[in-house]
This record gives sequence, C-alpha cells and structure tokens, in this order.
Amino acid sequence: MNEVLMKVQDLSKHFTIETNFLGKPLSVLKAVDEVSFTIKKGEAFGLVGESGCGKTTLGKILVDLYSPTSGKIFFEGKELSALNKKQRRSYCKDIQMIFQDPYASLNPRMTIGDIIAEPIIINNLLPPSEVEERVIYLLNCVGLARHQRNRYPHEFSGGQRQRVGIARALAVEPKLIVCDEPVSALDVSIQAQVLNLLDDLKAEFGLTYLFIAHGLNVVKHISDRVGVMYLGKLMEIAPKRELYANPLNPYTQALLSAIPIINPEKKKERIILKGDVPSPINPPSGCRFCSRCFKELDRCKLNAPALREVSPDHWVACHLYD
Amino acid sequence: MLLEVKNLRTEFKLKRGTVTAVDDISFTIDKGEILAIVGESGSGKSVTSLSIMGLLQKPGRVAGGEINFKSQDLNKMSQKELQKIRGNQISMIFQEPMTSLNPVWRIKDQIMENIMTHMNISKKDALARTVEMLDTVGIPSPAERANDYPHQMSGGMRQRVMTAMALSCDPELLIADEPTTALDVTIQAQILELLYRMREKFNMAVLLITHDLGVVSEAADRVIVMYCGKIVEEADVKSLFAQPLHPYTVGLLKSIPQIDDESDERLYMIKGMVPNPLNMPSGCSFSDRCDSCMDRCTKEVPKLQEINGHKVRCFLYEAKEGELNVK
Amino acid sequence: MPKDISTSSDKNSIQAAEYVEKPESQLKEMWATLRQNKAAVVGLFIIGMLTLIAVTVWVSELIGVQILPYDPNYSDMSKSFIWPNAEHWFGTDQLGRDMFSRILDGTKISLFVGVAAVAISLSIGVLLGSIAGYRGGRTDAFIMRVMDVMLAIPSILLAIAFMAALGKGLDKAVIAIGLVSIPEYARIVRGSILSVKENDYVQAAKVIGNGDSRIIFKHILPNIISLIVVRATLGVSSAVLDTAALGFLGLGVQPPFAEWGDMLGRARGFIFTAPYTLIFPGIAITITVLAFNLFGDGLRDALDPKSRIK
Repeated sequence: MNEVLMKVQDLSKHFTIETNFLGKPLSVLKAVDEVSFTIKKGEAFGLVGESGCGKTTLGKILVDLYSPTSGKIFFEGKELSALNKKQRRSYCKDIQMIFQDPYASLNPRMTIGDIIAEPIIINNLLPPSEVEERVIYLLNCVGLARHQRNRYPHEFSGGQRQRVGIARALAVEPKLIVCDEPVSALDVSIQAQVLNLLDDLKAEFGLTYLFIAHGLNVVKHISDRVGVMYLGKLMEIAPKRELYANPLNPYTQALLSAIPIINPEKKKERIILKGDVPSPINPPSGCRFCSRCFKELDRCKLNAPALREVSPDHWVACHLYD
Repeated sequence: MLLEVKNLRTEFKLKRGTVTAVDDISFTIDKGEILAIVGESGSGKSVTSLSIMGLLQKPGRVAGGEINFKSQDLNKMSQKELQKIRGNQISMIFQEPMTSLNPVWRIKDQIMENIMTHMNISKKDALARTVEMLDTVGIPSPAERANDYPHQMSGGMRQRVMTAMALSCDPELLIADEPTTALDVTIQAQILELLYRMREKFNMAVLLITHDLGVVSEAADRVIVMYCGKIVEEADVKSLFAQPLHPYTVGLLKSIPQIDDESDERLYMIKGMVPNPLNMPSGCSFSDRCDSCMDRCTKEVPKLQEINGHKVRCFLYEAKEGELNVK
Repeated sequence: MPKDISTSSDKNSIQAAEYVEKPESQLKEMWATLRQNKAAVVGLFIIGMLTLIAVTVWVSELIGVQILPYDPNYSDMSKSFIWPNAEHWFGTDQLGRDMFSRILDGTKISLFVGVAAVAISLSIGVLLGSIAGYRGGRTDAFIMRVMDVMLAIPSILLAIAFMAALGKGLDKAVIAIGLVSIPEYARIVRGSILSVKENDYVQAAKVIGNGDSRIIFKHILPNIISLIVVRATLGVSSAVLDTAALGFLGLGVQPPFAEWGDMLGRARGFIFTAPYTLIFPGIAITITVLAFNLFGDGLRDALDPKSRIK
C-alpha cells in the first residue's frame, strides 16, 4: 500500500471574480491555493473542511471538471496537467467521481440502465452485445435489481439514486474515485448502507478513494489518512488515528472539538471559534486561520506557514511547530 | 406546562390518496425545557412544528387533536389570533438562513418590524432593542451590522440574525426547525451554545427539530424519536442514549460512525428504507426493517407505553407494574 | 413530506425478479396530463380542425377538385357586398368573392406561415442559444448583444424592414417573421442551458468522457425540450398575428390570394357599410391564436414532470 497512485504538487485554482474593462483581474477567489499531497494505491484519503474551503473544487480539478491555475498532477507517474484535452480525456477511465446530490447528478430523462451503460459505450470498453450484461452486473454490485433497469431516476429514493451514481462511476473500472460528500444528502439510516457499500466495493475492486466530506465522523470511519483544509490551504495531513488522537493544528483541534458527541454524559470541553470563515476573496494575510485562531503568534499574521512533516507521516502547516 | 399537544393528527390529501404525516402524537413541553424531536425525512417532525405554528400549506391540514398553549387551543384560533401569538409568544427559526430573511430589507428593518407588530413601543426603543438583541446573539458591532442587508452576512451570521429576530419579543416557546443543518460544524457549535445560553437567560422553552442525534445529545433535555408520523420512543436525553429501547433508535445509534470509535468494523445497517407513506406496512410501521420483528408486529400496531418515565412503542417491551420487562 | 415517494421493494423480491420492466412511456403520461386540461383539449381540437381544413383545401387545389362552395379568388362585381345569407354564409366582399370560401382558403396560408416561420426562428434560435449558453464568454456576449439589438426594435417594424430589403411576397413574409423572433428562442434556450449546465448530471457526463456536442444533445437539450416546444406552440400564434399584421399593411401575401390579415386590411374602409367583411377574418385570427395559446399552456403543464399525473 505504499505505491503512490496520485501526486498533487502546489496545485492552485483561482477564480476571477471581477475584471476591469481591459480584462485585468481586480479580485480573485483563491479556491485552492498551492496544495500538495499524495494518494497511495488502495487507500482512502479523506479530505475534510468547512463549506468554502475548496475541497470540492480540488476534487473537481482531479477529474478535469476544472483546469488548475497552476501546479502539477501526477497519476501513476504521468503528469496529467501537461496533457492536451484529448489525451486528458482518455484518463477519465481511471479517475471517476461520485457526486454529492443524488437528486441532481442523474439525468432525469435517462433510465438508470442507460445512465450506467453510457460510460461503457462512449469509452468503447465493451462490444455492444456485452454492454447489457455488464449493466445488470453493475446494478447487482450496488444492490439494485435487474428489473429496475428501465426505471427513471425520479422513481428512486435518495439512497438508491446514490447507488446508481456509484454504479456509473464503477462502469469504466476506474482506479481512483473522487467521492464528493457521497452521503451528506442522505438520511441517517441510509448513510450507513452507502458507506458500507463503498467499503465493500473498495475491497472487491481494489479501488482508491479520495473521500471529501465535512462530517468528521464519516471521514474517520472510511479513510486511512486524512487531510484538513481551510480556505484553500491544507492545514494538516496525518493517518487518521494520529490525526484524531493528536491533532496539532489549532484549526483541526477546534474542528474536532466542535463535533457533537452522541453521549450526553460525556460533555467535553469545547473550543468555540470566534467569528466566521473569512471570505476566500480576501483571505487574511499570513496564516489563513489567524483571524480565528486561539493560539495566534505574532508571525502568524506576517507569513504563511508551510506544510511540514513534524513526525513520521504527520504533516502540519502551523508556526507553533516551527 | 407550557405547551401540550394532544392526539395531533395531520393529513395531506393528495391525488393518489391521503397521507397521514403526523399520526396521533401527544407530548408536552415545560417552561425552560429543550425538547428535541428527531427523525428522518418523512418522519413528520417538521410537519409537527408547522402544525403547531398553524403554518401548514395546502393540501396539508390538521385533522384532529388539540394544541394547547398556556391552556388555549391554537388549533381553534383564527389566523388573526394566531398571528398575535406567532412571532410574539411562540417564534420559529428555520433551516435555511439564506432564504428566510427578506433580501431587500435591512436587518434592522426586519427585526424592528417584528418588534413593533407585537410590542407597543416607539421606533426609537425598537431600534435600541434590535441592537441589543443582535448583541445578545453575538454579532460583533451590532449597531453597524444592523444596517446590513442579508446578502452581506454569512450563513452563521444570518442564523444569528434569525435567532435575534425570533427572540426579540421574549417568546416563551422557540421552535427551531433544523437550525444548524445548513451550517458548518464550527458554526453549529456556536449556534447550539447560543440556544443554550438564551434558554438560561430567558427561561424559554425550545422545541428542537433535527435529524442529527449528535445535536440532540448536546442540546436537549428530553427527546422524542419519530418514525413514519408516530412517536416510537420518548425519554430524557440521558436514558435515551444510555439505554435506547426501540429497535429503530438502537439501529440509528449503531449506524452512525462514532468519532471516538477506534475499531474499523463495518457499520450496523438498518435494512431497507422508509416506506412509501401511501403504502405502509401493516402493523408496526417499522416492522419491515426491524431485526427483531415478530409475527405479532406485522398484525397489530403497538401502543406507546411508559416504563419508568421512558416511553416506547414496541412489542418487545411489556410494562408490568412499572417494571421494565425485556422479552 | 418525504422527498420521494418511490416503490419500495424488499430484497427478496428483488432477487426473485429476473424480468426487466418496460420503460414507462413518457408520451403516455404527458397525454394523460394534457387530457385533464379541458382548455388545452379544446385548443388541440381546434388546431386539428384547422389543420384538416388547410390540408383538404390544399390537396383539393392540387388535384383540381373544387370542394369549397365557390372559387375563393373568383370575383363577380355584380355580387359585391351581399350580407351573409344561405347562399353566401359569410357574405361577399367588395369584389363579390365568397367570404366563407376565402376564410377557409386563408387557413392554409395562415397555418403554413405560422409553422414555417417558427421552424426558421426555432432552428436558428436554438442553435445560437445553445452555443451562447454552453460556450459562455465572448461568444455568448457577442451573440446575445446582437439578439438584444434585435429585441430593442419593435418586431413588426423589424419585419417591415426585412420586407423592405427582401421585397413583397408570402415567402419573404415567412422569412421576415421567422428572423424577427429568433432572439426570443435564443434567449430562452441560453437561459435554460445556463441553469441546466450547472446540474451535477451534466458534470457527471463530462467526467465519464462525453464530448461537448453529445453533452448538449443528449444531456442538456432533452431537459429543456419542453420549454422549447411550449414556446414554439405559442410562437405559431404570434407568427399568425404577425402575418396578419403584415397582410393588413399590404406587405404580406399579394392579391388575389386570400389571407386573413390582408382581408382585414382591404375591408377596413367598409367597416360601417359591411362590417361582416372585417368580423369574419377577425374571428378566424382570434380563434387560431387562442387555440395555439390554450394548447401551449396545457402543454407546458403536461411536459413538466412535477405536475404530471400518474
């Protein structure tokens, strides 16, 4: 499990919000700002952060829905970011995505069978005579039945639709699946079903996940390593047990302490952060978190801390550990 | 007793049949108490709160039961009488802080309007109270921020404004319908803490509607678990989490990944999904998903019975002289 | 209320069921919903009748059989201005032509112009709107500014300007009316593409390797087709009105061909002496426009899956 599947180097995505009449950018939203990490083959890499931290943007860059402003992406040693559009598209077979909202991610005018067959057909993966058999196989894999093949998405519940979305991603036999909040739109009793399904499929097909979520308990359950994002920056990366037991970055500490614990007897000491997440259009200079940090140092305002390995496999971006 | 809901029944008349969204539920809230109603989509928890507020939209209607607020039946009141109580003695905060504020009005205008409708005070006093309320809910430099429009504020700020507006007339009961669902976890912690503080300060009762058991465990005094329009379990928060009785509650608690769980075991799953409200299983509505389903469960509907102050609707438990008897 | 009311089936029955269900027919559902709407059914019935009349008249003309009571273009000055009677149901006009025959004959032209003009504006408008909406950026800005300029000029004025450039005649009227309403279609299509484009399923289509044109035709257009169809139906009625207006101004169909607007225009001098020469073409225009509007409104409901009846 130590082979690197994907390596991301100084990846940035900036959106221009306003330009002057000559087309020169006036204000820029730094959704993802010089992020680096690696995903190992066969692992589930969790990415947590609050809304607007850029985790979804990052996931969408990896599946080529956005092109990065700068930085490099390597997949199995090949630099994806250097490929042209056509070459890049051939990699969609290897990197797939599961979307957050099962109500919006399926074309309402297509039957679920056609939705699952489409990636096989357009990528010419199987001769036409074998496509149908494969569709039925995939439906069974995700716990749906053959007779439902010709139904439309609106006839299904959220959990079932998410299963269709998973089957669509599996259809091209990808190596990496970017799971963008795959359970946050589902009911609690259905979340466990989908999480278990994802776990099973990972073992069965030897998949690697980039698991994006805001629910820290969900990420902890499914991931091997976890990265914490805040305002477009990676704040901390560590194996999950290490991160949850020994969070170093004050933001990670606050985030962990804010999760409600399902045990009313165990009232824990809570770090209530002051204020709101600042706008990513005008992020604080220096460390992005310094406006809300409770352990702020003088230099935090001046320069941004780099992500450094402070103990084996535990990376943190914070001046407290310089 | 501040609010007493007695045998409330709410129906939706659809073209394809009548859906009983809230099926004969009864509960009470005392002064200063936080009562949580938990349930998944379709459980009827939000419909319950809308029924209490008289805000049901067609084709929904309250088909039976009483909603006694300080011994007055809200259900029998005219819309005009209700309006006097709504926003004054009972107020409400909603899930979507983005859409529940009017985008073309300043923050202060919206709060002041609410204050001046219900309290007989001058404009100047209303403004002073607005600023005071914004300060209470933790909005920095409230006097300046009162002049903002909703779009100039973040989600957490807007939920605070909503809370300030809801609290501006010293309500005795606050109905909070998924107040933190749309918010990030660090902001959720702020809002929950705020609710808690407000309760202490004003001795206000809160009816907290949520799907998040974590929020319940953090904030509530007493919990009602709803499934398919019925109350399946009711207990004080400690005994509910320490000893859940109904298989649905047990399953829900087991199926949530715990942050302090160090094992990598598979999650427990409640099989199947919430039944179609037009096609409910006979007998207990949870019978088709229940691991402990017996013959009897598919034939009879179990009654809600009380065992040592812990109410549960399940044939696994039989109350005998106040003793808990597990079959 | 729960977000979805789906048929739940338990796992055992899923395993047992080896058959594959037939896809539900979207057309059948649409028809069921449309039938509930009385006004739309009336509209559809009238449209059917008008089409029948138009086709019959056209075919009989082709094979040289006269099925109209009189030759619509045969004038007999000795019979001018006869009030409606048993022989001439709608009376005769200033040139002694039978009004009833002329009105039936006019159906052919009005419907043809309506449909042909919509076909022109629809095809060009959808194409431009799709490109603008999907591409965005400068292409979008350029296309939409041209459309804005066209919209800024009153459509009938613009049509007259086109006619002035193209010359008189039925074919030119069709082209002018078609060109004038391009911006309406382009705007609708662009707007809906912009909103549909943001849907996750369009993004998902990109992720699984779809090319741009397949995304537009397979994933975006089918989801806005209902809007386009409804607009096109309503568009026929405004095209009929525009033709009539051009005819009234003497720019459309040239005599002696019968066209309702042209008939109105030529009869306006006799409003007090022979009002029926205005009333009947007026009623014909009103009925046609109304029928298409009623049908279009019903269609809008029928094509919206949310308001459909199962």
